[in-house]
Amino acid sequence: MSDVAIVGVGQSAFVRGYGGSIRELAFEAYREAMTETQLKPKDIGASIICSAPEYDKQRTPAGVLAEYLGLIPQPTFYLESVCSSSSMGVKVGYSLIKSGLHDVVLILGFQKMSEITSAESQERMGRGADIIWESPFGTMMPAYYAMHARAHFDKYGTTEEDLALIRVKAATYGQINEKAVYRKEVALDQVLSSDVVSTPLKRFDCCANADGSSCLILARQDRARDLTKKPIWILGLGAASAPVNMAGRDSLTGLKCAREAAKEAFEMARMGAQDVDVAEVHDCFTIAEMMAYEDLGFAKPGEGKYLIRDKETYKDGKIPINVDGGLLSKGHPIGATGGSQLRTVVLQLRGEAGKMQVKNPRIGLIHNIGGVGLYANITILGG
Amino acid sequence: MGFEKFGTVSFTSQTKVDEFVERLSQGKVSGTKCKKCDAAYFPPRADCCGCLSSDMDWFDVVGTGRLISYSTLSYAPTGFEEDLPYTAALVRFNDDIQVFGRLSKAIKSEDIALGMDLLVSPVKLPCDRISYEFVRP
Ligand SMILES: [Zn+2]
Repeated sequence: MSDVAIVGVGQSAFVRGYGGSIRELAFEAYREAMTETQLKPKDIGASIICSAPEYDKQRTPAGVLAEYLGLIPQPTFYLESVCSSSSMGVKVGYSLIKSGLHDVVLILGFQKMSEITSAESQERMGRGADIIWESPFGTMMPAYYAMHARAHFDKYGTTEEDLALIRVKAATYGQINEKAVYRKEVALDQVLSSDVVSTPLKRFDCCANADGSSCLILARQDRARDLTKKPIWILGLGAASAPVNMAGRDSLTGLKCAREAAKEAFEMARMGAQDVDVAEVHDCFTIAEMMAYEDLGFAKPGEGKYLIRDKETYKDGKIPINVDGGLLSKGHPIGATGGSQLRTVVLQLRGEAGKMQVKNPRIGLIHNIGGVGLYANITILGG
Repeated sequence: MGFEKFGTVSFTSQTKVDEFVERLSQGKVSGTKCKKCDAAYFPPRADCCGCLSSDMDWFDVVGTGRLISYSTLSYAPTGFEEDLPYTAALVRFNDDIQVFGRLSKAIKSEDIALGMDLLVSPVKLPCDRISYEFVRP
């Protein structure tokens, strides 16, 4: 138990092109989360709306969505840390409750990436890097993660096949997640023979864009027990940032911000990696999951490859990771991603994850990264 | 000379360190160093976040650096398609200074290896644009 619990979770299906407005997209996750509790819209003290604004046509979407969800006249505001926006929303929501300002706070993450063309979206995604000193060289997100992969291969002997095994695992679970955008099986040689995007990363090492929404409802301890039979407690929160330009990074074999955020979250929860029973990590690229194994302490630096080779991150392994298919299979609607990761872990801790259910997990961890290790949020939850 | 001439496509035209471009045209790739506390910055900065001073000197990135990592792109953002394939790279010159840029196309892909020695050198681009690239010593 802790001071703040998650009492409701919801997620839309993640799809290639959503045939509705962002209001309707947000409503799908919202309805699912609200339906889990006895809450009425007037009971929500404040809402935090999370997305990456470069994909939105609607300016200042917070007020527009809050009205559509029936959450006015309560306060609402917009929060952005690119791909980790909705995890940061949880950190801010926690503090609004812990401070005594509100009893119940709602975090709504969304992204309709198909709102703009894919060429526009590639270009805008690139602008999440250093536009003065890196973008003039023609960089793209996959190239930055690819440079991390190359450095990891060189220092530790990790291989393209090790990364491909991560994609094969993601596809194994994507098939049983009815909200995932990619639900087909993927064979090892299919990954290895896919088009090269940026050496050594290939098409199947990369997650897909998607449209989607996620919703989390947080409540103060004394309210939580009335609102749900199975409150899931926020035990640890860690967040950190790092230099945007690769020239400011002391190493490319891991993400320093993830290590710092993990340290903070584990300290707050008074536990360590060995206590975690199930985890969701930010696998926007296969190499990102490999680095997460090591940055979080599930493996020593350089030994993440043994976790995947031995299938220890599968459902029945030592530490099940991304058994909902991860970003690689679910798709990555930027602002909705963190909330979706948290939802999966909440369902696991409640024992409601269906075919994806891990055996009796008590502690769950969520690793959500913004940009190429620009922001990191680590959340630790307990049943 | 304006900062909008930097790189294949530039996304911003104004910075107080636009002398960087002038120095490129003189054959120098330069960072800035704080006169008050000696902190060295690459890419160059107009302000020191260590001591809050804005009294900066230029210094040139000289000598041999070491390749930290690289990746060769098969797809490019809008405006860079004609450059494909090209190789993004990070090179470390000393404890303080690392430089992000591209490897020269004169370096064959089979000759690229992490740890290899590289120099950084200004390069003129079409349409009166200018950048820098990494070349073999
Ligand atoms: Zn200084």
